[in-house]
Amino acid sequence: MPDRLRAALLIAPALVVFLAFFLVPLGYLAVAGGAGGYSAILTEPRFLRSLVSTLLVAAATTAITLVISTAVGLFLARVRFHGRSTLLALLTLPLAFPGVVVGYLVIMLAGRQGLVAEISTALGGERIVFAYSLAGLLLGYVYFSIPRTLLTLMAAAEKLDPRLEEAARSLGASPLQILRDVLLPGIAPALVAAGAICFATATGAFGTAFALASRIDVLPMVIYTEFTLQANLAVAAALSFLLGIATWAVLALARGASGGAAA
Amino acid sequence: MKRGIGFWSGLAFTLLISAFLILPVLASVIAGVTANQFIGLSSGLTLRWVLDVWADYGGTVLLSLQIALATLMVTLLLGIPAAYVLARHAGITARLVEEALVMPVAVPGLATALGLILAYGTLGDLRASWFFILIGHVIFCLPFMVRAVLAVLLALDLRSLEEAAQACGATWGQRFLGVVLPNIRGGILAGSLMVVTLSLGEFNMTLLLHTPFTRTLPVGLADAYTALRTEMASAYTLIFFTLIVPLLSVMQWVANRADREGSGR
Repeated sequence: MPDRLRAALLIAPALVVFLAFFLVPLGYLAVAGGAGGYSAILTEPRFLRSLVSTLLVAAATTAITLVISTAVGLFLARVRFHGRSTLLALLTLPLAFPGVVVGYLVIMLAGRQGLVAEISTALGGERIVFAYSLAGLLLGYVYFSIPRTLLTLMAAAEKLDPRLEEAARSLGASPLQILRDVLLPGIAPALVAAGAICFATATGAFGTAFALASRIDVLPMVIYTEFTLQANLAVAAALSFLLGIATWAVLALARGASGGAAA
Repeated sequence: MKRGIGFWSGLAFTLLISAFLILPVLASVIAGVTANQFIGLSSGLTLRWVLDVWADYGGTVLLSLQIALATLMVTLLLGIPAAYVLARHAGITARLVEEALVMPVAVPGLATALGLILAYGTLGDLRASWFFILIGHVIFCLPFMVRAVLAVLLALDLRSLEEAAQACGATWGQRFLGVVLPNIRGGILAGSLMVVTLSLGEFNMTLLLHTPFTRTLPVGLADAYTALRTEMASAYTLIFFTLIVPLLSVMQWVANRADREGSGR
């Protein structure tokens, strides 16, 4: 059998499944919105409001996660100490926790009977509860994003040439200057890649907001409500098609910018 | 070796972040086995809540396992041949196909699920069957299988291996089964663990795709979080953790081993 024919036959099943169960449904989604669905998004202020709060939460998630993961990642990539691998295992354990479970963990942390509430009352203060708000959602998204971001950044940091840092130090650079001029530029592609994944995930994620069961009007919650409770199929379809195109574009752009590092 | 202030502050911050990630997990596990939530651990440990949850929601666990295994089978059959072709062909067509196959990861599950319902929701009994959820999981998980296998294939000198086998008179089937597959075991294992883990935890699509008769574990969890008392919700979460944490641990172990082998070369 000629090579080309065999290649075509081998890849055909995967392509057929992709076409039938992804591209065709996406096509249905694109047209189901109709003119009414798309114009409703532009004219009704609550859809624009939810778009803005979704983008704000996603941006804040990305910024906070990148700062935390860079600090922890650079630390773990550059030092060796007893217990390091245990710490790394703990930090990456939540790697594939579903968003809905992460939502519950946020309730365990900052809910009505959460750890923060218990500690704050034990210290004689007010009962601090913030799980069921945008802050709780943000906390959940950061929780969700740290393990993956950390792994990406550590992989990049471990590939940095340690001689660059030594050279900078011997030339009299302060730790901050080394961070700014050597380390951060070195891991910049990984920062772009990991940041894009954070942003796209936080934009499209749904389970966490659902588990927190509050009136957090982020876009996926609005889509779900329009679809199930309002039976407003046109708006739900239009919103989710735009959401899908947007997250895909963010990831594609980041992959171009980072030279293929973004998944 | 003397450690400076930088080391200790870095360690303190890393410990703080680890605590942020692990403490809620511990709190949830403890709440799931504590006899009386309001008295605390001193009220004793019990498996009562776990058994209660199992009686009501055991079916969701079994369905999720069934769907995860079926998803694994389908992604193996579709993904390995696809990755092989993508690794052997360097042209623009192959790159476009690769780009297309990984696209479902970049689109939120909610959107994909809504599209599936619009396109096939009225097709026979499909909507009411667990196959509908399987379709969604396959679309979402296939990119992870393709990528895991492709990464290992690209690290091999596949062409030379196959040419050597061919020079010895091996047919394509013998080459694929006897040379290619054994060399990509690591990638297949990594991809399989990822697929099972993701399928077991998939919620974004499944919430829309499921029916009252096809409730999966994460869908049941979401239901428990809004409707049940803390100890029951925690016990349910504990059941989920006992499935998922061993998978994640093996995944870490496989990845570490691959790293060591890679750097040992």
